Amino acid sequence: MLFLLAAYAGVAAAIPWWQRRLGRAVWTVAALVPLATVVWASTRAAGVLDGGDYRESLSWAPSLGLTIDLRLDALSLLMLWIVAGVGALVLLYCRYYVERDTGRQAARLLAFAGTMTGLVLADNLLVLYVFWELTTVASFLLIEGRGERQEERRAARQALLVTTAGGLVMLLGFIMLGQTAGTYRVSEILADPPRGGTVSAAVVLVLIGAFAKSGQMPLHGWLPAAMVAPTPVSAYLHAAAMVKAGVYLVARLAPALAEVPPWRPMVFAVGLTTMVLAAWRALRATDLKLLLAYGTISELGLLTALLGAGTRTAALAGTVMLLAHAAFKAALFLTVGILDHQTGTRDIRELSGARHRMPVLCAVAVLAAASMAGLPPLLGFVGKEATLEAFWYGTGIGPHQLLGVAVVIGSALTVAYAARFVSGAFGGRPNAVVEEAERPAPGFVAPVAVLSAAGLVLGVGYAATSAVATAYADVYPPGPHGPYELALWHGFTPVLGLSALTLLLGGLVHTVGRDTWTVPRLPDAQRVFDHATAGLDRLATVVTRHTQVGSLPVYLTVLLATLVAVPGVALAAAAPSPGSPPLWWSPVEPFLAVVILAAAAAVVSARHRLTGVLLAGAVGYGVAAVFLVRGAPDLALTQFLVETMTLVMVVFVLRRMPPRFGTGRTGRRARLARAAVAGAVGVLVTCFALVASAARTAPAISADYARRAAETGAKNIVNAIIVDFRALDTVGEISVLLVTAIGVISLVRVPGAEQRIPGGGSGGTFPTAHWDEPVRTWLPGADERSGGERSVLLEVATRLLFPSILLFSLFLLFSGHYRPGGGFSGGLVAGLAFVLRYLVGGRADLGAAARVPAGVVAGTGLLLAAGVGLAPLAFGGVPLESALVTVRPPVLGTVEIATSLFFDVGVYLLVVGVVLKLLSGVGVALEHDGTPADEESEGSTR
Amino acid sequence: MNSVDVTMALVVGGLFTAGFHLMLQRSLMRIVFGFILLGHGTNLLLLVVGGSPGRPPVLDGEETAPTADPLPQAMALTAIVITFGLTVFLVALAYRSWRLSGHDEVRDDVEDRRIGTARERARNEPGPEHDAHGTTNGGNR
Repeated sequence: MLFLLAAYAGVAAAIPWWQRRLGRAVWTVAALVPLATVVWASTRAAGVLDGGDYRESLSWAPSLGLTIDLRLDALSLLMLWIVAGVGALVLLYCRYYVERDTGRQAARLLAFAGTMTGLVLADNLLVLYVFWELTTVASFLLIEGRGERQEERRAARQALLVTTAGGLVMLLGFIMLGQTAGTYRVSEILADPPRGGTVSAAVVLVLIGAFAKSGQMPLHGWLPAAMVAPTPVSAYLHAAAMVKAGVYLVARLAPALAEVPPWRPMVFAVGLTTMVLAAWRALRATDLKLLLAYGTISELGLLTALLGAGTRTAALAGTVMLLAHAAFKAALFLTVGILDHQTGTRDIRELSGARHRMPVLCAVAVLAAASMAGLPPLLGFVGKEATLEAFWYGTGIGPHQLLGVAVVIGSALTVAYAARFVSGAFGGRPNAVVEEAERPAPGFVAPVAVLSAAGLVLGVGYAATSAVATAYADVYPPGPHGPYELALWHGFTPVLGLSALTLLLGGLVHTVGRDTWTVPRLPDAQRVFDHATAGLDRLATVVTRHTQVGSLPVYLTVLLATLVAVPGVALAAAAPSPGSPPLWWSPVEPFLAVVILAAAAAVVSARHRLTGVLLAGAVGYGVAAVFLVRGAPDLALTQFLVETMTLVMVVFVLRRMPPRFGTGRTGRRARLARAAVAGAVGVLVTCFALVASAARTAPAISADYARRAAETGAKNIVNAIIVDFRALDTVGEISVLLVTAIGVISLVRVPGAEQRIPGGGSGGTFPTAHWDEPVRTWLPGADERSGGERSVLLEVATRLLFPSILLFSLFLLFSGHYRPGGGFSGGLVAGLAFVLRYLVGGRADLGAAARVPAGVVAGTGLLLAAGVGLAPLAFGGVPLESALVTVRPPVLGTVEIATSLFFDVGVYLLVVGVVLKLLSGVGVALEHDGTPADEESEGSTR
Repeated sequence: MNSVDVTMALVVGGLFTAGFHLMLQRSLMRIVFGFILLGHGTNLLLLVVGGSPGRPPVLDGEETAPTADPLPQAMALTAIVITFGLTVFLVALAYRSWRLSGHDEVRDDVEDRRIGTARERARNEPGPEHDAHGTTNGGNR
């Protein structure tokens, strides 16, 4: 069965390509897949009809209990024949019907057939649900077509919304059912049905989903609306296959759940009401497709009642009607399609006399309509007999004779609209519309004829039909009068009388109503849907208006207030002990605390950009001192260097901006609210810090790191963690660093600046591209600035100092394994050396110092780190594993090198590259960048 | 077992207060300052709550006093470097805002408000909307 699903998916995906080569013949190719399904199902039929089944299973996520279970039993076999058989005929029919978008339509139809196949074969509630929603998606695509007309889009959206909403409700029911039963396998649930209050709730939810899918009132509105779809799609999805999914689910679960309280009242009330009202509504329709759509809703109502009844006779009748309906309704839809295709209309008021122009089609349609009306010896008659029997003599069904009356009324109306269909489509004298129409090609009518003939063959050969139907119906015990047998002739029974009565009444309704063509109007479900969606739109607007005010401070205030309100209140409610924290760890701490907090308070009140930056830097240096005091020299070193680098970079940017910044106009209340929220968060964090540290129960895992540090050849455990134990973190971190550097470069490039240089090329816009220009003089920055701005002494000293700083950075890099240092601090020191060159010597001097493009340096670093991380894979290790290598170079004696050192070299190179890149971005690029004032004057002259 | 002391908890709380207070302002520059302070506060929080202080975690043979917990140190170290990258990124953002719109203030998002009034506008002005953009960018230039 899995290969069938794969074939559907594969062929559907390939069809758009084949269509270019094959043209219309592609429909025949597409039809081969469902035909193969029919043949395969037939080979399995003998075993399945004897009561056996055929299973396949594909493990998907076994730890979650998710397996794709497929099972072919009698009901699945019947549905498979319907789905694949009608599918093949519809695809063959499309060869003549579809005028454009052949490849796409064929692929969609075939994909739909595949999902429907999966749905009827699924033996797991969740798998069933997935296929269920896939059919909805396929239906959306098929109804929408090219989506050019608003009507199509609207109908597609409505079908999607209603059936998906129903599907979600059903999923909830499935989960309740599965959890109560302890299994999601349908066959196991059927074998051992769960009971209880939860199951009753699940029944309601599952039935709502099934009703939405099968267009049961009041959820039927989408089905008539979906008639904007091409007629073959309506014939297949909205008559034979998709809408049957709901009925199929009812039939599938009824043996297990029919006895659970709300099941029977629900299926009878909804099913039979739908049957009568929709049939009534069909009598008002003048559009033939709409007439058939309401007819379909009516028939689905009957099927829901029959298959949900949970008695043997009803199940037998339901199965026969299922088969009969698929054959005659698809045939009638396809007939309308031919009429529409040949004459250009499908309105009863415009069509007249088509029986003279298309006699064969007329005969075929009459045969199908007769099966719909329930005339002997057609399959519809066999089904109607069984239906009346099931309700008239229904035992265990409650008020069965009342229900029988409803069925008689519904059947009479069915006869009436069947007659209305035939006389509306083919009756009357030929008019101009019909006279000008071409006769349909024989291949066009053939699929319709096959479907109509099926009603006759299966009716006359009721023994074969009976074999399939009883195989399913036998899950129920026979009634008190012994098992009911399908037959064309049971003798003169009351049921035969009722059957004749329906024909009589139906004929009467048809002849009486014929003169006016109108019957009283019923309230329209369409308007309810429109109001519901419009109301939802309004609600969304109102919610948006009140929540999306567009102010960042307001959003942030709400976020922080939530932080204080929810986790804060939880923290206070739990009232954990803060332990007995010491006042300070080292007596230096209070002094540092005063410095840090004073600087932070000063930042808050700063109005100059530069003041703010310097004060923020003071906070950073203070924090670095705290790191040092608390025994984290690596951190302190990095923090000092990073703080310096931040200062330099921020000042580079700020020199282009005005010295002061606006404080904004904020009301007193807003200011107070912000201060209160910020203060509350601060208190919360303080309490959190005390409580979290006191709440610790497990020992620190770093004791393990200290023990295993020897394996890495390191003495500095922090460095060992960064380059070895947690190297993956570091790889992620340096990637983030590179990405932010690239982000900064693209942010400081302003599009306006590029426009000002027409045809300047990419090199012209980016001054750093001139780095590789020939450098002649020893102090190349000499001609950049006037002599008054330069200090030769400083430039020379920088030149001499530069190699020493680089050497120191390398020392930090290589000694990082044993004492404070490492790739990060080494890279930052080297970066600061380049910053110094730039600050003192200008951009030309920087170009002389860094001859390799910054991107190459950074990229090499990242590649090296990643390469060292992946290298162990080649030696059969795990990624990021490190090893100790002992080498004996001639002079130095024995040297032990950890491979993780190369990882640290990668980090070093990346940091240097990022610093260079930032330097070129915010330093060099901004140096000759115009200010907005320049731009404004240029803009006015332009 | 407390690894944090009262002084440090107060410093962390103070940095968070100052940081968030700045972040709640409209000036992008002050938001950047707020971010820097929050970064310091968070790195410090990571270190002081994550593990106990002590001798630097370097194995030098003399195991006398207990060493500081190296794991939060390694984590804070990476956090420091990333804070640097993000700070420069934010400053660049402020610079770009100032270059493009002449100010570096975070104004109210007009588009957000327009969503709320979409229905009324659709009723009042039936024509297509031309002024969807341009109210935020360059309007003040």
